Formats: sequence, structure tokens, C-alpha cells
Amino acid sequence: MGRYVIRRLLQMIPVFFGATLLIFLMVNVMGDPIAGLCGDKQCDPATAAQLEKEFGLDKPVWQQYLTYMGNVFTGDFGTAFNGQKVTELMAAAFPVTIRLTVVAILFEIVIGITLGVITGLRRGRPIDTTVLLLTLVVISVPTFVTGLLLQLLLGVEWGIIKPAVSTEATFSELIVPGLVLASVSLAYVTRLTRTSIAENRRADYVRTAIAKGLPRRRVIVRHLLRNSLIPVVTFIGTDIGALMGGAIVTERIFNIHGVGYQLYQGILRQNTQTVVGFVTVLVLVFLAANLIVDLLYAVLDPRIRYA
Amino acid sequence: MRGATHAKWAVCAVAVALAATACGGGGGSGGSGGDGSGIVRSSWGDPQNPLEPANTNEVQGGKVLDMVFRGLKRYNPKTGAAEDMLADKIETTDSVNFKITVKDGWTFSNGEKVTAKSFVDAWNYGADLKNNQKNAYFFGQIDGYDKVHPDSGTPSATSLSGLKVTGPLTFSVKLSQKFSLWPDTLGYAAFAPLPKAFFDDHDAWVSKPVGNGPYMIDSYTKGSQMSLRKWDDYPGTDKAQNGGVDLKVYTDNNTAYTDLTAGNLDLVDDVPASQLKNVEADLSGRYINSPAGIIQTLAFPFYDPAWNKADSDKVRKGLSMAINRKQITETIFQKTRTPATDWTSPVLGKDGGFQDGLCGDGCDYNPTEAKKLVQEGGGIPGGQVKIGYNADTGSHKEWVDAVCNSINNALGNDKACVGLPTGTFADFRNKITQKKMTGPFRAGWQMDYPLIQNFLQPLYYTNASSNDGKWSNKEFDKLVDQANAESDRAKAVKIFQQAEGVVRDNMAAIPLWYQNGSAGYSDKVSNVALNPFSVPVYNEIKVK
Repeated sequence: MGRYVIRRLLQMIPVFFGATLLIFLMVNVMGDPIAGLCGDKQCDPATAAQLEKEFGLDKPVWQQYLTYMGNVFTGDFGTAFNGQKVTELMAAAFPVTIRLTVVAILFEIVIGITLGVITGLRRGRPIDTTVLLLTLVVISVPTFVTGLLLQLLLGVEWGIIKPAVSTEATFSELIVPGLVLASVSLAYVTRLTRTSIAENRRADYVRTAIAKGLPRRRVIVRHLLRNSLIPVVTFIGTDIGALMGGAIVTERIFNIHGVGYQLYQGILRQNTQTVVGFVTVLVLVFLAANLIVDLLYAVLDPRIRYA
Repeated sequence: MRGATHAKWAVCAVAVALAATACGGGGGSGGSGGDGSGIVRSSWGDPQNPLEPANTNEVQGGKVLDMVFRGLKRYNPKTGAAEDMLADKIETTDSVNFKITVKDGWTFSNGEKVTAKSFVDAWNYGADLKNNQKNAYFFGQIDGYDKVHPDSGTPSATSLSGLKVTGPLTFSVKLSQKFSLWPDTLGYAAFAPLPKAFFDDHDAWVSKPVGNGPYMIDSYTKGSQMSLRKWDDYPGTDKAQNGGVDLKVYTDNNTAYTDLTAGNLDLVDDVPASQLKNVEADLSGRYINSPAGIIQTLAFPFYDPAWNKADSDKVRKGLSMAINRKQITETIFQKTRTPATDWTSPVLGKDGGFQDGLCGDGCDYNPTEAKKLVQEGGGIPGGQVKIGYNADTGSHKEWVDAVCNSINNALGNDKACVGLPTGTFADFRNKITQKKMTGPFRAGWQMDYPLIQNFLQPLYYTNASSNDGKWSNKEFDKLVDQANAESDRAKAVKIFQQAEGVVRDNMAAIPLWYQNGSAGYSDKVSNVALNPFSVPVYNEIKVK
């Protein structure tokens, strides 16, 4: 197990460099960011040159990348155009998005798996059909529609929530945005769990467990669910990264100043330092989430043992 | 709202179960019965640059400077006229040497006195190349600017030789050439005075700017909110009528608008285009749509020989006449734009140089004449007009498509015009500065100060800073020089209009429309207005 973890950690290194280099190149392809800094006016050439020098944009891309990576290892992610350190932006944005992601994941786990188990055990019954239909609706309706609709109904018409999340972005404010963010994945989790449960229900070990006279609850939770969770865990694990990066739409709708918002601003203003910095951290999150998923396999299913 | 109590409790129960927190709806504006202590909650956008007077060139940062700073002059929020603020006297005999006397009794909100030195130091800082100030060119008219801010190479001086402190409250300015209307430019934020604190501890100052205006910055969380509070000891006559302003950064102006309709916000100064249809009904009259000093035009790449032939002016004029401005401003912009009939803006007023109809028939929709002119001019270069724009912000696609439709209909050729999007604004600007445009492209001008000079010189003078099309005309340049040297204001404006006539005769750029500022406000505030720069006049807003 220990060797496996180390091997996985070593594998992360080329992925990390490859991903950051790709992003670095992509952002640089978009053109000269300084040109956009002066609004509709042309920057005066002397100031523009000075700014380029300050942000290191006058050097060739490979040199910029090396300098950048060198700085990253000392914890310096550079400076955004508004004079703020990118690490400061991260310190403000990541906690908010992590809270949002936690809310979303909780929804996925609690509601998604519960619904999945219920429908999986009652295949073909009315409740199963209803949930299947509902999940189909949720999957087919784009997130921004769900988001705007909930915002309008709960926020403006009924006044239950505030349409915009405040600067603090507390857990309670993030419930509705979290639900919106989770909605599509939630539907997938439900369907994955349902199929998996329905499949394993007829497995030999379940029959054995029932035959042994174990209580129904124990059969479902310890035997059936535990073995059915592997595809679900895989999905939720990769979803953590996707949720954090893909929160752009939800964050925009509910005015959440998180990672999605900073990335969006960074791309609009073509701020290399912000975009690359944030994406680098997201890549790390992705890698870590995947690692945890792989380790969880072993916990869930003792048959899967890594040397 | 009333029928929803059940739902509200149900959701509250869920909320409590999940995270155990309060279920507050609505929320008050913290105001207390119109005694001038209420707080205005207003929408905001994240400023692009650090908040320094000479480094702020966009509206969001400009808003804050307008609340926190007062300069020598201030533009009247209604008329746009430059009026003395901290300036006691600005005297000149030759339009080159100016003697400026600063009013006594003004201080910064940290108690420091505003003196002549506060101005001179601030201006020297703004002009100095090593400080990277994006508005440095505003000091370009002052003598010695080329030493402090050379076009290339390193500066040979750190202060402008044309600026001299002559007493505690007096200083003199020498310009590098005659510019009679120069004092009128001094209301621009770049000319604001700066306290010692700015130079002593720059980082601390930028994280919480200190100025001499009616408001003080109470707290500033970059990227999310700034709280400004009334400065009780403000010495000026334009004291704040409210207790303060909370500027909240919104990720999207649609969300800000939703928050306004839900009662969580008092003022939105950028009504999203998609809501313009509902705004009257939603806000029952609390909607402002007033002219601002912004004009949108189509510029041409005069560096491209295909667009700069002897008869090309006919093609340009023909294209201009093929655009149905009235229809586009009504259907696409819901009347938040006004068809342009000259190259300035109505906010200048008649005396300031705005001349309704100066463009003449060149700006009238006339498809038959348009077709004829384009043919006389040798047809469209390459057979197709590609109108360049950036696709990332400002929903330019809609109107560019509409303009092209109009041109196609007029010329009877459905391939005569297409839009040519560029992904990001930065890349779009990049192509323009590198002279890579091959056809007309979107250009816009937001005035820096309400002077006709500002609508002409930076845009059409040979090699001027914002002459994106690189148009050049000796006659025009001569008239502008002449107007700047003219000491009589009315005469100067007349000569500028003659210069504008040259722009018209050559159709150097196609004027499209004047942009309005749009704002919506809640029923908790009153006396809301936009100034000619389309920025809300915050200090006059009253909270009920």
C-alpha cells in the first residue's frame, strides 16, 4: 500500500508540469494582456513597455514558464494586474469554493445515495419511476436555468433566501447554490447507485447474508451498499475537481466570489498569473482527489489489494 | 410574498437541519428615517488597476475616486461644466503659463492640509515613467514631460520642469504649447492631490486610500466590498447627503439587478441589456436612462491601402448611409443609445461644441444613395466588409450583426458585410495597436473631461494616442492647433467644430450612436442621478 501511494505521488509530478505548461501556453496564445489594460484607449508605449517588463512579459514564453515555476516552488504565485498577490486572491477564493463544494458533495452523498438505494431496492415500482423521471429532468436542464429559476423563485418571489451571497459566504447562504451546483451530479449519483444496487442485490454474497439471517439493515448497509459504492465513489472523487473548477456558472449567478469568479476575471483580463496559479491548484486538487478515490477502493473492497 | 410563509418555514427547517442558521429575508438598509445617516447599497465592479488617481482609467475605480477625492476643478454633475473646487484662481495671460492658487482651509481626511505641494507631488508622481501610471499622458501637456516620461529609454528627470511650488498655496504650471482650455481638464481624477501618507507608505495607502472628498473609506475588501462613510469634517459645499455608501462587487450585473428587485440593493448603475424590456415595470419609474459622454463609432484601417484610396471616402460615407441607426437603437438597445449626428456627445451642450446634425445627410439612412456612393467609390475593398469587434464583453455581436444586416439590405447583397469577432478584448486591442485590422472595427470613446477637444484630438489628430485608424489630415491638425491656441473659449469651440467638419468631409470614422447611462434604484433612496460620465452622483443620494 505504502509503495503504491509513493508511486502515485511520483506520477503526479509529470502530470503537474504538463498541465501547467499547457495552460501557460494557452493563456499566452491569446495575445498581449497589457493591450487590454488601458480600456478602449491605447496604452502609452513607454508605460506599456514598463508594465511588460514588470510582469516579465517581455521574455520568451519558455523563460517565463521557468521563472514562474521557480517562483511557485517558493510559494510565490505572482501578482495580479490590480496589484494583489495571487496567493491573496487564492486565500480569499478557495475557502469559499471549498465550502460550496462541500455543500454540493454532501448533497450528492446524502440525497444521491439515499435515493439510489431506495430506487435500487424498489426497481420498477412507482417511486423508482418517479425518481428516474426526476433525475432525467435534472440532467437535461442546464445548470444556469435551474440556478436562475431557483434564484428568482426563492430569492425574489418568495423572499426565502437572498438572491446574492454575501462576502462572507457562510454555509447557510451556500445551501441553495450548492444544491444547484450538485444537481446534475446528484442525478448521476442516484442513477449509478440505483443500477449498482439493483445488480448486486442478486449477488451470491447478498443471498448468503440474507440466508445467515442477518438483519435487513445490516445486509443493505454492510454488504450490499459497501460493494455497490465503488463506481459511485469513483464518480464523486473525480467530481470534486470538476465541481471546484466548474463552479463558474453557479458562482456567477449567485454572486459568489470564489475560484470560478477569479478564473473568469483572470481569463477576461488575460491575467496569466491568476489563471495559471488557480489552475495549478485545481490540478493538484484533481490529482489528490483521484488518489483518495484509488485508496478508497481498497478500503471498500478488500479484494482489491495493491502491492 | 405573503402566501409563501409555509414554504419559507419548510426551507428554514431544512436550513436549520443542515447548518443551523438564521433565516432572515429582506434585510434593512440600515437607514434611519431620512436624517442623512442611511447607507446606500450600490453595485460595483472589481477595479482593474490599483486605486491610485493617475492609474485609474475605468469607471469602477473612477467611482471611488469621485467619492474620495476633490481636485482643483469639478465637473458639474448636471451640466458637465468645469467649476472651481479647490482652485481659488487659475490665471494666465498667454495660455502657456498658468498661476494656480489653492483655496485655504482644505484638508485630507487624515488631517493633513491640502497645499500646492500636494498637487505638484501628485502630478510629478503620475507623470513619472517608473511609477507605471496608466493616465500619465494627462500630464503630457506640461513642460518637461518628455524628460520624465520619454517614449523610449530611461527618464532623465523625476519631476516636471513645468511645475513649480511658489508658496504654500500657490504653484505655477508651464505648458509645452498653447492650450487655452487646459484648466478645464483639471477636474479629471488624475489631477487629484495626494497626501504625504501616499508617498510614505504606498502599500498601506493603496489598500485603504485616503483623500480629501466627502467620503472616507471605512473598509475595503479587495474584490468584494468597499464601505465608504460620510466624512463629517469635509470642508466642501457638496457634503454627502447620506451616511455612506457600500459598494458591493457583483460577479454579474444580472445578479445585481435581481438583488435590487429583491430589495437587497439600493442602486444598480448598469442595467443588464436583457432586463431593459422589464425595467420600467419592475422598478415602476425608478429607472434612469440619461445621456453620457460616450460615442460609439466604426473606425477604418487607414494604414491598409485598400481602405485609403482617393475615392475611399465615398465608400465610407456610403456605408454610413447604409446603417439604419434609428431602428438599431430602438430594437437592439431599447433606446439606451441615441443615433449620432456628429462626432462628439450631447452632454457637451451647444456652448461646449455639440452640434446636432453636423454629420448631415452622411448619417441619414438612405439605401439608394448608399449603394450609389459605394459603387462610385470603387466598391467595397475585397468585396466584403468585415466589422471587427471583441466577443467577450459588452454584447457587441448583436449590434454588429444588425449593422451588417442593414448594410446588406441597403446594398442588395447579403454577403456585403459580416461580423469579425476576436475572442478577448486584450487580443482585440492588440490587433488594433499592431495595425492588423483589415476592415472597419468597433471603436468607442468615453470622454475624460467634457470638452470638444477631448472628442477630437485624441482620436483624429495625427499619431494621437487613441487614433486607432491612424487617420491623418493636415487641415484637421492645423485647425486643432489653432483652436488650442485660441484664448477665447467660444472661438476655440468654433474652430474645433470646423476641424470636426474635416472629419465629416472625409468620414474619418462612422459615428454610430451616443451611449446613455442606465441605472435603477430601490424605493428606499431618492434624488438619484447620473453625471455626464454615467457615474451616479453618490453624495446627493438621500436614504429614506
